[in-house]
Amino acid sequence: MNYEKEEFFAPGHGMCAGCAAPIIVKWVLKLAGPNTIVVNATGCLEVATTAYPHTSWRVPWLHVAFENAAAAASGIEAAARAKGEKLNIIAFGGDGGTVDIGFQALSGMVERGHNVLYVLYDNEAYMNTGIQRSGATPWGAWTTTSKVGNANPIGKLQPKKPVARIIAAHNAKYVATANPAIFNDFKKKVEKALSYDGARFLHVISSCTTGWRHDPSKTVEIMKLASDTGIFPLWEVVDGDLENMRITYKPKKFKPVEEYLKPQGRFRHLLKNPEYVKKLQEQVDAWWAKYGHHYNP
Amino acid sequence: MKAMIRGNESIAYAFKLARVKVIPAYPITPSTLVPEKISEFLANGEMDAEFVPVESEHSAISAAIGASAHGVRVGTATASQGLALMHEVLFIASGMRLPIVMGIGNRALSAPINIWCDHQDMMSQRDTGWMQFYAESNQEGLDLGIMAFKIAEDERILLPAMVGIDAFVLTHTVEPVDIPEQKDVDDFLGEFVPHYVTLDPEKPATLGSFGFPEYFMEFKYGQWIAMERAKKVIDEVFEEFHNKFGRKYSKVTPEFLEDADIVLVTMGSMTSTTREFVKKLRKEGKKVGLLKLTTFRPFPKEELRALLKDVPVVAVVERNISFGFGGAVYAELAATFANESKKPKIIDFIVGLGGRDITFKTLNEVVGIAEKALKEDVDEVNWIDVNKEAVLKAEGLL
Ligand SMILES: Cc1ncc(C[n+]2csc(CCOP(=O)(O)OP(=O)(O)O)c2C)c(N)n1
Ligand code: SF4
Ligand SMILES: [Mg+2]
Repeated sequence: MNYEKEEFFAPGHGMCAGCAAPIIVKWVLKLAGPNTIVVNATGCLEVATTAYPHTSWRVPWLHVAFENAAAAASGIEAAARAKGEKLNIIAFGGDGGTVDIGFQALSGMVERGHNVLYVLYDNEAYMNTGIQRSGATPWGAWTTTSKVGNANPIGKLQPKKPVARIIAAHNAKYVATANPAIFNDFKKKVEKALSYDGARFLHVISSCTTGWRHDPSKTVEIMKLASDTGIFPLWEVVDGDLENMRITYKPKKFKPVEEYLKPQGRFRHLLKNPEYVKKLQEQVDAWWAKYGHHYNP
Repeated sequence: MKAMIRGNESIAYAFKLARVKVIPAYPITPSTLVPEKISEFLANGEMDAEFVPVESEHSAISAAIGASAHGVRVGTATASQGLALMHEVLFIASGMRLPIVMGIGNRALSAPINIWCDHQDMMSQRDTGWMQFYAESNQEGLDLGIMAFKIAEDERILLPAMVGIDAFVLTHTVEPVDIPEQKDVDDFLGEFVPHYVTLDPEKPATLGSFGFPEYFMEFKYGQWIAMERAKKVIDEVFEEFHNKFGRKYSKVTPEFLEDADIVLVTMGSMTSTTREFVKKLRKEGKKVGLLKLTTFRPFPKEELRALLKDVPVVAVVERNISFGFGGAVYAELAATFANESKKPKIIDFIVGLGGRDITFKTLNEVVGIAEKALKEDVDEVNWIDVNKEAVLKAEGLL
């Protein structure tokens, strides 16, 4: 059955105009269809879509807490197994709820091989509590806990945690990075993830107009730049076979990272110093020098 | 069937007989044997359930919520640090009105790390909205375990429940236990029907939503009402159990109370020692009684008022401490009588923390102070069997 014309994520929610998370959710659900149960970690998506007695969710939905979406999903899956049911169990978590505080539960869920699709919508900070840095915040980003000043002109000093590689290294059934602005690739990966049994993980970039400080009308454009500059590479790994990671998308010609930085207030300070821009470009170039040969469209 | 089993096995048998469908659990002394026994039942094909060997207790209770929300019967077990690690999520289980049952091997909390018995772990969770039962014996552990499902799942209640069995004294001690027949337990519990909204793709619902101030208090008031109603439902279930299995339970059990000058209030396995002690005192002509508290949440205020109002001195003998006030049972019992015109003098005795033995010597000291209290004022909170001198010296007070 094709449910692309149906909406399982209703409009009228409270997420900001220009937020990418609803685009991701809407499409994951269209591709999954109604035989689905969703688990949601605490965060922007959860808070802004379920103000009692209203809800944006037209599929069964459960929120327990911030750090345990993967554990709650494990429990649902065990119950479904006990009942002999076959359905999609999909967890949505933000980067904080996934790569930091919820990492242990996620690691456990993947190691135990629960038949769950975990979707990380990565807006690269704790947005719900007001833009604090997370393990997924990239090097050089301003957040309210990686502030920029005389003593620290850079912002976040540590690089982004490569969470998708780490989950792939658990021998998860399927792991991919995806970008809704590179839509065909995104869609294929969601469909592929849904087609497998076992623990699956999608790491989806999700622009946050409020935290990234950009014009709400530029969401898709900026997210596209994330992959067209090579900053957010798109790849997939099946059965933990990192050696055979497949890069699924590469622009004809990479754009300079500067183009991605420019429209985002969180990187404004970096642009003041060409050294910093160069440093970021070097990080990106180094990744592609190391892994670029995995490109296999 | 009579069998010689350990307390942890009582909990495992309760889960098996209740036909629990999902058991997420994480090992911790002294309750590890519960998931081990379940694993054995599963390996032998004696049980049809999903065991989820989670990576932490936080995930155990989170997975329990997921499974319960999906409409199956769920049980888990933990103790001490494990229960403390669950703390955040315990509120969510009760707030979502999911009738999960959890066995607790009552054990001290660190520091210093200690694996032996006291009630600090469960007492520290008294405000999480779970019902709490404390077993005196392995038989009680099994029976309360089965009854906990029936009470928790009653559509008037829908609250999770903990059944405490004392670390080692019960968890690891073999006792003769009458294990009920499967068909009798099936009869007693009936088929599991979730009397709550579940995660059903046929009827999509949003569970665990965001509650603004204009709705939040009504959710909490609902939990309050359910806990109050549980008092009656517990009595009904205890009665039904008695009729079916012949073993009698009550939220509070009075023994030798008529004409007693002093009543010792106890919980858990210390009750057995205390009963023997009270019998001995009675033989010596001392008017001492015993009151066993099986249900701590809901707190059986009404029964306690009725039973204790004319008693001159009530000695609460308890294995927990709330620093800066006293024992939790003492605090609640004192509050129970706060507005009563007829009330006993209530004295608190902190005993048996971290597995220190509770012996006749302990109880002798308790009764000694209680006898003094019949005539004069004594300390409100009394620590028994403690090397006070050493501590006071270390604290620079001696
Ligand atoms: C145990 C716990 N710690 C902290 C919080 C506060 N908190 C709620 S949401 C959130 C940030 C969520 O960040 P992320 O997972 O990235 O999702 P986002 O809001 O960015 O979409 C935090 C810190 C909490 N709810 N629970
Ligand atoms: S703060 Fe950011 S992540 Fe949250 S709703 Fe707004 S745009 Fe979306
Ligand atoms: Mg985030």
